Amino acid sequence: MSRRIRSYHEVGPAGATIPEQVAAQRERLAHRLAAVGSVVVIASGKGGVGKSALTANLAAALSARGLRIGALDSDLNGPSLARMLGVVGARLTAGSDGIVPPTGAGGARVVSMELFQDAPDAPLRFRGPEADGWVWRNVLETGTLRELLSDVAWGELDVLLVDVAPGTDRIARLLELVPDPAVLLLVSTPSEMARRVVARSLRLARDAQLRRIGLVENMIAWSCPACGARTELYERAGPSLEADGVERWCEIPFDPRLARSTDEGNPFVLAYPEAPAARAVSALAERLCAELSLSAAGA
Amino acid sequence: MAFTERQIPGDGTLAVAFRCPGCEREMAMLTNPYETKLVSGLGVKIGGRTVPEQPMELLRSNLEGGRPDVFAEAEHGEAEHGEAERGHARTLAWSPAALERLDRVPSFVRGMVKRIYADWARERGIAELTPEIMDRARTDLGLEEM
Repeated sequence: MSRRIRSYHEVGPAGATIPEQVAAQRERLAHRLAAVGSVVVIASGKGGVGKSALTANLAAALSARGLRIGALDSDLNGPSLARMLGVVGARLTAGSDGIVPPTGAGGARVVSMELFQDAPDAPLRFRGPEADGWVWRNVLETGTLRELLSDVAWGELDVLLVDVAPGTDRIARLLELVPDPAVLLLVSTPSEMARRVVARSLRLARDAQLRRIGLVENMIAWSCPACGARTELYERAGPSLEADGVERWCEIPFDPRLARSTDEGNPFVLAYPEAPAARAVSALAERLCAELSLSAAGA
Repeated sequence: MAFTERQIPGDGTLAVAFRCPGCEREMAMLTNPYETKLVSGLGVKIGGRTVPEQPMELLRSNLEGGRPDVFAEAEHGEAEHGEAERGHARTLAWSPAALERLDRVPSFVRGMVKRIYADWARERGIAELTPEIMDRARTDLGLEEM
């Protein structure tokens, strides 16, 4: 005769508090996200394609339209959004509703791991057993990301932009916390290597049945400021990601001023609004507003 | 099995005792440092929480190299948050010795720790926090790590 062992959720008071505590965490997260009109995830899978710069500039472009925008840097190990939106060194207030985020350039509320660390070159380290940190480190990182979402007093937002670290696993981790974002923007460059990696992210997104996926192709070409001659930065060796059925929402030309001004905490779309790259980001902001049925004055 | 006791020796291990409500038999669960860290990384407390989860508690308790001045939560005014709605007295004093002890807490988590002590004292109608009262709170709340 087979023995029936009670499940984790059936054990008595000793274990019962753990599921309750986990459920309470989920409720807190759900409650927080209930005040957010739409979550827009900016991801790629590939590093160095300009996700964070796009997030910072998109935050500024959407804020400039009078929308209430939050920008979460979920890249815990390589944070950059605080710097790009000019809030490095800002102090945070722990209110009764959570941590109050600083307001960045353009008006978006920003949270990034960089705000919490004591040095700009500090690697992310947690206290714990020195050896075999791989056993628990990923759990702590996921818990930290959960706190950045749920314990920050984001307030009422029209859009929460989430900048995701490189690696398709990072997209999967975010989707465990935010399973149904309104939009996933997949950022790529025309390089074949980027296309291959982003194709993996696209497949992951489709497996997760995400509703809206838009392709943003960055650094597509450089235009000579003197004569306007256009130079492609990458030679396309293979098919575009559009061949995989994803719609291209935006093409952003290369402009060295974009990286410079954004790195200085001055979003490019505000500093050079007439530049082709800024106009491309602004057009993407318009497209997002249309997709999410957001009017310029608010939701 | 019912939870009876939790001990944190301070070496990263954890000991939790349980008792059978039927026969009173007791058993203990011991975890190694990795298991302890894994469970604490979930942001849960074995045996249940004695104080409500604080904002960013997991990060603030675990981050190495936290920016000392990141939190502007008032070192002396933090207790004002939510006090009115909770109906607690606002006249909680800290003895010089208690403040000195609090100053030894890393500044990255000091505000959070102070709030926990203050809430515990107010709920008991204590007017002044002293090191002795802090010891009682630590034992009562199971805050051996704070």
